Amino acid sequence: MLKDITIGQFFPGNSFVHKLDPRFKIVFTIIFIVMLFVADSFAGLGIGIVFVLMAFLISKIPFAMMLKSLKPILSIIIFTSVLNILFIRTGDVVFKWAFLTITKQGLTTAAFMVIRIVALIIGTSLLTYTTSPIVLTDAIERLLSPLKKIKVPVHALAMMMTIALRFIPTLVEETDKIMSAQKARGADLESGNIIQRAKALVPILVPLFVSSFRRAEELALAMECRCYHGGDGRTRMKQLKCGYRDFVALFVLAGFMAVVIVFNVYGI
Amino acid sequence: MQNFLKAERVRFSYVNNMENPPVVNEVLKGIDIEIKKGEFVAVLGHNGSGKSTLAKCFNAINLPDEGDVYAVGFNTKDEDKILDIRQNVGMVFQNPDNQLVATIVEEDVAFALENMGVEPKEIRRRVDEALKTVGMYEYREHAPHKLSGGQKQRVAIAGIIAMEPECILLDEPTAMLDPKGRREVLKTIRKLNRENGVTIVLITHYMEEAALADRVVVVDKGQVIIDDVPEKVFSQVEKMKSVGLDVPQVTELCWELKKAGFDVSTEIISEDECVEALYKLFDKG
Amino acid sequence: MAIIKTENLTYVYGEGTPFRKVAVDDVNLEIEEGEMVGVIGHTGSGKSTLIQHFNGLLQATSGKIFIDGEELTKDKGKLRDVRFKVGLVFQYPEYQLFEETCYKDIAFGPKNMGLSDEEIDKRIRETVKLVGLDEKLLDKSPFELSGGQKRRVAIAGVMAMNPKILILDEPASGLDPKGRDKILGLIKEYHQEKKNTVMLVSHSMEDVAKNASKILVMNKAKLFCYDDTEKVFHRADELTEMGLAVPQITRVFNRLKAMGVDINDDVYTVKYGTRLLLDILNKKQHPDL
Repeated sequence: MLKDITIGQFFPGNSFVHKLDPRFKIVFTIIFIVMLFVADSFAGLGIGIVFVLMAFLISKIPFAMMLKSLKPILSIIIFTSVLNILFIRTGDVVFKWAFLTITKQGLTTAAFMVIRIVALIIGTSLLTYTTSPIVLTDAIERLLSPLKKIKVPVHALAMMMTIALRFIPTLVEETDKIMSAQKARGADLESGNIIQRAKALVPILVPLFVSSFRRAEELALAMECRCYHGGDGRTRMKQLKCGYRDFVALFVLAGFMAVVIVFNVYGI
Repeated sequence: MQNFLKAERVRFSYVNNMENPPVVNEVLKGIDIEIKKGEFVAVLGHNGSGKSTLAKCFNAINLPDEGDVYAVGFNTKDEDKILDIRQNVGMVFQNPDNQLVATIVEEDVAFALENMGVEPKEIRRRVDEALKTVGMYEYREHAPHKLSGGQKQRVAIAGIIAMEPECILLDEPTAMLDPKGRREVLKTIRKLNRENGVTIVLITHYMEEAALADRVVVVDKGQVIIDDVPEKVFSQVEKMKSVGLDVPQVTELCWELKKAGFDVSTEIISEDECVEALYKLFDKG
Repeated sequence: MAIIKTENLTYVYGEGTPFRKVAVDDVNLEIEEGEMVGVIGHTGSGKSTLIQHFNGLLQATSGKIFIDGEELTKDKGKLRDVRFKVGLVFQYPEYQLFEETCYKDIAFGPKNMGLSDEEIDKRIRETVKLVGLDEKLLDKSPFELSGGQKRRVAIAGVMAMNPKILILDEPASGLDPKGRDKILGLIKEYHQEKKNTVMLVSHSMEDVAKNASKILVMNKAKLFCYDDTEKVFHRADELTEMGLAVPQITRVFNRLKAMGVDINDDVYTVKYGTRLLLDILNKKQHPDL
């Protein structure tokens, strides 16, 4: 069923990772990504992997979820590694057949890339697994709030993101319903060439747009009735507080970063 | 309170500027109505009779073209008081999906309070209390789209009562719900009126729901045509049907019997009263 | 011959996931041609899932379905034919209108069937009359119409396909009493004129009772019963227990009977109830008659 798709895939929990201040978590994720790109050896990447696995263990997110997060990018991983393997022709030749040349360097680079991408995905999905989309939006709004001074509509952008998150499942369900209804009138969505198929989407898209506009209008009215008047003077129920945890995590991460840099300097 | 909810000779038109010349559709035609604090009023009228338009006048969404509307003591034309009015005259709509803003139940209930700039601790307290009042406290961390229609509508009501309004206007809140959802929502509305003393204005198409109110107002063609206790309103079976409305089945039954010459009151609107009256009828015979 | 027949029809959602749910459980059913069937059951009882099988929108996990004597298979070409034979009007059908004019929108289904332009034109004019709309509206955009009119255009879009079986899911929901009566009235007229099989899915037992000659009750994914309307209302207590809203009038008569009054307990419309009471009361007043 279409409606089983969840966006953001948040897993509620009470772990150390869950309890971290989302602003810090975003910053940590950025530092972690930087760390992966700074590391120039397998040892350095290994440090990154150890860090993310440790965080995963602490978060008590089922291990299977980690694999699940990798599934959508499996094709990208295979594609980049094949490219690396086939097009890097320097170094010791391991295998040669016709115009195919596989070198040791090609294999190493491919492996290096794969590990880096995998670590990157696991790290960022850990952020979305342990932080609810709304908290994440909230954190982004606050991290970006200095931009308000240069007239960036940070609050409006965050509000838009929240509403999008709220309405994606509703609209997915609606699309499902409209598709069934048009199929019941004999609409053929599955056969024909590209132009015919694009044409067949009209009976789905028009009602979907019409209903989205209607929903938007009703939502705007409901928001107005609930005293919404933009971001000025707004308070939040959930206050973001950074505590000792965040600093503990920061120091741990800084430690890992230091090790990676040392590895780089000494060429380990 | 003076001028708690009051419309005086209110006229209101929707203007469609897309056409040339613009099409003017006058929906409210000099309507007069006053609702007192603590009342439970049901508003009936067929689609397009102007009842929703009237409701939106009371929380300053619609401003009258002519006449005056007062809400919780303020004239709705007074721009400085708009937020006071909206906070005290809450509104719940038909489609529960299109009035929930946040992705988590408790965040949604907090929405209005955040807009009002209430202190975080106070928001927490009021959100918990509102959710308990509508019986949705256990669902506070759920995503709204996973709830049933009746549950969503109760969350929407919680979002309104968290503002601690004096009055709640409900625009066909049960129209899109199944019988179970309808019962849940109605129970909540009655509880708010009886236990918390909130004034309720319920717009509905279900006559059984209107029969629960203290007072029923029938709107037709932008005018109030009947305004009385439900018993007196529904006993006018022919008049109700002539304006595209209905009466509860029990009322219609008694009315038919009366018409056939039997001694039955036509002011019967509940199942209990009807059973009692019919039983008496059999006993006598 | 039965127009719809199911044998051990079962449908399971999300097989192999934690969300696994049996939505339709071992349903055996035979519906005769030309019947007007009311389908009731609370939300999640499986009634919507069941009806989506009849035109092949959903395929049974196990069991068989026969429409007009022919077994439904997974063959795509045949599935489309079934959709033309079994018209399905979803809840709030006005939300699927998409064409520039009502005429074009009603023509969508017949066009998909591959009918000739003259035939389509004939059918549109015929169905517009059936749903009680003015032909002048045909050239208007469906988005300009009132709520009730839009819904009638949407229903006409399915009726114009002239299906042997017409299934309507909550056709009257969200309308005011007058609109409700109008829609239900036109469905009844359609049934009387076309003599086709009609299935009316609804939460409102009042609406079903007024129109259907047979009622199908779904409860917890199972077929609770399929029987004549009176016989089903005879079991009002069981229906109430299921969480269904039995008409007020039925409850009144049941309570009178429980209090010892000698009276039928299968009353489900005011008309029937009035007639019954008047009969008894008149007899009481004039016992010699």
